[in-house]
Amino acid sequence: MSEAYIRVENLKKYFATKRGMLHAVDDVSFEIQKGETLGLVGESGCGKSTLGRCLIKLLDSTSGKVLLQDEKGYVDITKASPREMKELRKRVQIVFQDPYSCLNPRLSVWELIAEPLIVNKIYSDKNEMRRRIRSLMDTVGLAERLENSYPHELDGGRRQRIGIARSLALNPEFIVLDEPVSALDVCIQAQILNLLNSLQKEFKYTYVFISHNLSVVRHVSDRIAVMYLGQIVELSDYKELFSQPLHPYTQALLSAIPLAKLEVKRERIILEGDVPSPIEPPNVCRFAGRCRYAKEICKSKAPALIEVMKGHFAACHFAKDFIKGE
Amino acid sequence: MTDENFTPELVVRKRRSPFVDVLLRLGKSPLAMFGLAIIFVLVFCAIFAEVISPYSPIKQDLMHMFETPSAEHWLGTDEFGRDILSRLIYGARVSLQVGFIAVGIALITGGMLGAISGYYSGWLDNTIMRVMDVLLSIPQTLLAIAIVAALGPSLMNLMIAVGISAVPTYARIVRGSVLSIRSMEFIEAARAAGSSDLRIILKHIIPNSMAPIIVQSTLGVASAILNAAGLSFIGLGIQPPNPEWGAMLSGGRQYIRDFPHMTLYPGLAIMLTILALNFLGDGLRDALDPKLKR
Repeated sequence: MSEAYIRVENLKKYFATKRGMLHAVDDVSFEIQKGETLGLVGESGCGKSTLGRCLIKLLDSTSGKVLLQDEKGYVDITKASPREMKELRKRVQIVFQDPYSCLNPRLSVWELIAEPLIVNKIYSDKNEMRRRIRSLMDTVGLAERLENSYPHELDGGRRQRIGIARSLALNPEFIVLDEPVSALDVCIQAQILNLLNSLQKEFKYTYVFISHNLSVVRHVSDRIAVMYLGQIVELSDYKELFSQPLHPYTQALLSAIPLAKLEVKRERIILEGDVPSPIEPPNVCRFAGRCRYAKEICKSKAPALIEVMKGHFAACHFAKDFIKGE
Repeated sequence: MTDENFTPELVVRKRRSPFVDVLLRLGKSPLAMFGLAIIFVLVFCAIFAEVISPYSPIKQDLMHMFETPSAEHWLGTDEFGRDILSRLIYGARVSLQVGFIAVGIALITGGMLGAISGYYSGWLDNTIMRVMDVLLSIPQTLLAIAIVAALGPSLMNLMIAVGISAVPTYARIVRGSVLSIRSMEFIEAARAAGSSDLRIILKHIIPNSMAPIIVQSTLGVASAILNAAGLSFIGLGIQPPNPEWGAMLSGGRQYIRDFPHMTLYPGLAIMLTILALNFLGDGLRDALDPKLKR
């Protein structure tokens, strides 16, 4: 347990609204191993992006810890001072969802990629920085002739490559990928995913891959965490999650993936109702209102995220009942 | 990619400086060039007033009062027989100075206040903006009168008064555009890259919120010139007999029925300056935006 690269403990992020506290991320704990890709799935508004931003302190968390391994043990990112954070920024980076709005329209490709190098004063020698930028552009597959172009002159895939180059510039160890492909069309998606994959192989990055697209997440992740209304409801190895989902919400999600086989018939689980309000949610199972297995206990007690099978966590009172073939 | 790409000779970037880029783009707009030309002429007049003006601007010639335009006096003479063309040329000096320096004062003070208040929001924003609201509730001219009356009439105090009275306008505009830029994802991206607040404001927020500010500034130069003229009229600005466009306009007002040329030419000078500034401002706004690059 102590060997995890990142340990998230009871992380909470509440936003104050007029109608009370909005629980965007509510008491989330998990671990990330070095070099793995943790997929983070869930529907819109379930708090995945907020969680991703809390992990690298782009948002200040309300409470809880994000422990990042270093030589001396662990540092808590949530408690880092601005000066410590400046150092930590070199280790944790993010790739944003929307390549159209995450690049300053007034900076050229060159200036965009140079920015992290300049603000962190990585190179004192201009020639060395030039070489570094060239090699970064090469790494992410941007042609040299594009260096004086502005973002609006490029297509979404190239822009996303700029975003990736920016986050790689500081040689990070941990990268939060916040829906890096959801704004791109399918064939560009594949290019970017393959790029991210080969980069991980080459540089041993640790990824958190946020997405609402289950097929994409399955393709890239080693382990997958499913979020519902600010909480992780299931966390498991990617194969097992797909073959043996232990949370009714995950089961419903998986049944919604379209199959490319006409003759295969399977049960579609249609969820009734809507996601309940994240503002001051009661301390019960948050999925109970839409769950077809819900019993009395679900509406009186919140289930904890427990290890139901080895390495397979689920937050459901009846998770054990869903284990197949025993 | 081979190693030769990394030799220093090839690595040197062939790129024009952004400033030259903007100028080249500005050159493509005929209206902006027209505006720029007029402003150049005015600046030239202001600098070389002694050389090009045919008469002294303050020398009275009571034999030639109220003369309409003629070969000797191209634009006629005023109620003291002073040459209007000469007075206009010297007046350009004062008007341009007042216009640009007053706007400079307003822009730097108001811009910084607005940027800080928009970027940090919260109590700092509230405090700054409420002070601005108090200033804004006093009519601009009245505020300028109060300031210049307190400081005493002189060219410098006139500029300070006109400048300070325009601060709230700039603070509001800058705050507004900073607020809209601040929520953009690239600001978050810059923070993730480790940029400091100051760098984010200077490098990301201000360049992206320039457009409305440039337009407002060019209009502002015009209104500063008018404002200064108003103050000169009530005796708090440029002291007679020194030439100033607004003062000339006010001075000629009482003779407008019989000798319209006395108000026509200073009025035209003001109008042309303001028009030129607006054309230039429009052109600059387009030239500064790389998205509009054709």
